[in-house]
Amino acid sequence: MDFTPHTPEEVQAMLAELGLSDLRQLFADLPQEILEPQLRLPEPLGEQEALSLLRSLAAKNASAEKSFLGGAVRPHFIPSVVPALMSRGEFLTAYTPYQPEVSQGVLQAIFEYQTMIAELTGLDVSNASLYDGASALAEGVLLALRQTRRMAVVVSQGVHPEYRQVLATYLHAVGAELRTIELAGGLTAPAEFDETVGAVVLQNPNFLGAIENPSSWIAAAHASGALVVYVTDPLSLALLKPPGAWGADVAVGDGQPLGNPMNFGGPQFGYIAVRDKLLRQLPGRLVSETRDVDGRRGYVLALAAREQHIRRAKAKSNITTNSQLSALMAAVYLAALGPQGLADVAAAAVAKAHALAAQLASLPGLELVTPRPFFNEFTLRLPAPAAVVRAQLAKRGLQAATPVPEEYGDNLALFSATERHSDDDLRSLLDGIKEVLA
Amino acid sequence: MKGDFPTLFERSRSGRRGTRPPSVGDVDLAAMLGADNMRSEPARLPELDELSVVRHYTNLSRRQVGVDTSFYPLGSCTMKYNPRASEAAAALFTELHPYQDPESVQGALQIIYELQEYLAEITGMDAVTLQPAAGAHGELTGMMLIRAYHESRGEGEQRRVVLVPDSAHGSNPASSMMAGFVVREIPSGADGEVDLNELRAALGPEVAAIMLTNPNTLGLFERKILELIDAAHQQGVQLYYDGANLNAIMGWARPGDMGFDVIHLNLHKTFSTPHGGGGPGSGPVGAKAHLAPFLPVPTVKREGERYLFDYDRPQTIGRMRSFYGNFGVMVRAYTYIRMLGAAGLKRSSALAVLNANYLRKKLKDAGYIIPHDRLCKHEFVAQPPAGLHALDVAKALLDYGYHPPTIYFPLIVKEALMIEPTETESQETLDEYVTVMAEIARRGQEDPDWISHTPYSTPVRRLDEVSANRHPRLRWKPEE
Repeated sequence: MDFTPHTPEEVQAMLAELGLSDLRQLFADLPQEILEPQLRLPEPLGEQEALSLLRSLAAKNASAEKSFLGGAVRPHFIPSVVPALMSRGEFLTAYTPYQPEVSQGVLQAIFEYQTMIAELTGLDVSNASLYDGASALAEGVLLALRQTRRMAVVVSQGVHPEYRQVLATYLHAVGAELRTIELAGGLTAPAEFDETVGAVVLQNPNFLGAIENPSSWIAAAHASGALVVYVTDPLSLALLKPPGAWGADVAVGDGQPLGNPMNFGGPQFGYIAVRDKLLRQLPGRLVSETRDVDGRRGYVLALAAREQHIRRAKAKSNITTNSQLSALMAAVYLAALGPQGLADVAAAAVAKAHALAAQLASLPGLELVTPRPFFNEFTLRLPAPAAVVRAQLAKRGLQAATPVPEEYGDNLALFSATERHSDDDLRSLLDGIKEVLA
Repeated sequence: MKGDFPTLFERSRSGRRGTRPPSVGDVDLAAMLGADNMRSEPARLPELDELSVVRHYTNLSRRQVGVDTSFYPLGSCTMKYNPRASEAAAALFTELHPYQDPESVQGALQIIYELQEYLAEITGMDAVTLQPAAGAHGELTGMMLIRAYHESRGEGEQRRVVLVPDSAHGSNPASSMMAGFVVREIPSGADGEVDLNELRAALGPEVAAIMLTNPNTLGLFERKILELIDAAHQQGVQLYYDGANLNAIMGWARPGDMGFDVIHLNLHKTFSTPHGGGGPGSGPVGAKAHLAPFLPVPTVKREGERYLFDYDRPQTIGRMRSFYGNFGVMVRAYTYIRMLGAAGLKRSSALAVLNANYLRKKLKDAGYIIPHDRLCKHEFVAQPPAGLHALDVAKALLDYGYHPPTIYFPLIVKEALMIEPTETESQETLDEYVTVMAEIARRGQEDPDWISHTPYSTPVRRLDEVSANRHPRLRWKPEE
């Protein structure tokens, strides 16, 4: 099947308008030697058959709705209003809002999103979104290097390893140097920075789950003239001191915990917020309030001179399509919960995670590696490789024990809990782990 | 002022509650988190009841147009119908975690693997990564592959220049820059195609790659493409295909067969996943065998009946995104390809090209100028009749309920109206559009004052972009 409306008569009439009689003639200007390859693809399916096929593929997956895996993606509860509102065709099927007169819906929603991210991070300005947390980190670091005109970056090992890998890929391309400071006792070790360092990156809570005190790193970075890029889970900002209050210059992270499904790791969205002085270096779309010719309030894409479609090779970034709908899902989520609801979600997640950590750490052979305090993710040392334990748990219908890369130590696994887990869910995991390790 | 559409923050009332999460009773957060680490005051988020949230966004949506509401012939953006079956399919896969045991996500891995294979087949490439999150992200990935390839041959320092036609999408030079290259522009010939002589003259040992889209942004197929690619390959230059315009040629020709070495696709254009007001998209990259060792990790491979992640690429450029890319978008594209099959894709491209040529002919009859008036592919570039500006035509279209074409792009045509109708529009929609375009041209020429002040009927009228750029207001603040 396809989704074209043309009847055979219409096709012929339209071809006749062009003096043609066959659709093949529309491709007469292509080299004949490469024309009409036979594509080897499966036979077409009707909608019913296609959805039946997709359901059979979905049945080969185990749901992670009660997973304890962590690692920047978690199963939080998504209020029904979020998908209901964001599946409206006007939001779903719009392009980037280039024509503001007929795009006020998306533009105002972005403006409100920018405001909420600025409030959560304690910084001045947020853009409209980036792809994910990892690429947001890369963009945040490139921004800091442009601003400081320096070419070295220092990153704490406490930053998510996949984020650091993406950062390394981006920095290699522009010839910048990446230095990593190892964790000591699960926390970022004190460091000093020389005058070649333009960006200093830490994550709080860090990858192993620990809440860091970033004061000394931030002070040392600023003393050397570097900017601080602060990676954080936006849900943690419901309770924890925001990056702006600690003195960070740039905050980045992944927005999945805010009203987005896990989606096997994508789509999600990356957020980035900065201090005012960095505004002209910010990549991606920005929406500004303004007035129309009749004096009515409205919204437009602003400061496009930073962007690729205007500046081409001199743009601040190549980004064009970002993750707009995912970011707007976060905005609806935040609007539906409000400040108290968001704090309640975060508090419930913290309480469940601390209860789970206490129960798991009491089992023989399991050791809590993450120093206290921690938020809602934590790391345990297991008596066996984490991937093996994860596989054994999965056979029992339990999704837990994210393997932590060996650079952090042997047999480490990341766990998390959210407000979505009941006490029974916690007990099931505990029983499952006892069985697996017996 | 009166009549302004309120923001969420203006609708907020202190103490009002919406969704209430499950209660956990009294917990000592300061003890668990450390008092010094806690926020001193709550973030100033709006406080709303649930109905207010629903009304706010529902009414915002009524101030927004999309493919679902109106004809949206935005050039180079492929605003075709987004099948709801693809949405239903994606909803089956939302509760998967990227760090699940791979044995527990075999269905998801099968989709990734098969989509890699389908896209390789459609484009004529040897290997595909689905990791890039959008088209420009795919461009960056592809250009990094080329860089790594030249480095592996000891030519990394020498080959630093990327040639880009002056008609190229702006993301092409921006992506080249981010991949560490220097960009040199190649002028288009009078026929709107790359000037082969100019290109030959620009080739040399310092050139790493040429980025092209074919058909190009004028909607014209580069007829000398085989000759052009051959000339470049003889000089050791790699060919990059910007897949933004692939909707023109699916099943009719493959970039791989033309000789391109690397390609990115936009699943949110060609494979009909929704644009979402600016994403999320997906920008898979296909590569010929000689570039495959450099692809980002992981890809998904098949061993017997099992699917697994493949991290074994010692020469990889690294990782471009966390996890595996925008999987939810991949499911939609997979569903679309399974529904259409080879025949449906080929017919879709043919009808996209038919619609574009039909509209080109009809608009010419209606007085619009077609600077390159020959067989086009999925899109074409027109100019307004004498005395009219592209911007004014675009704004007038808003009053008639249409989304305008892309305007002032490509840069090589003055007052450009870049029009891409797509295959999912009917003949009567195109005819009605032409009638409106003719009406706008006639009325605009008779009454310049009328057209220069359009639109009149939209939720807001022309907005003051100058002051928004001089004094941006990027977040809501209470009136002082």
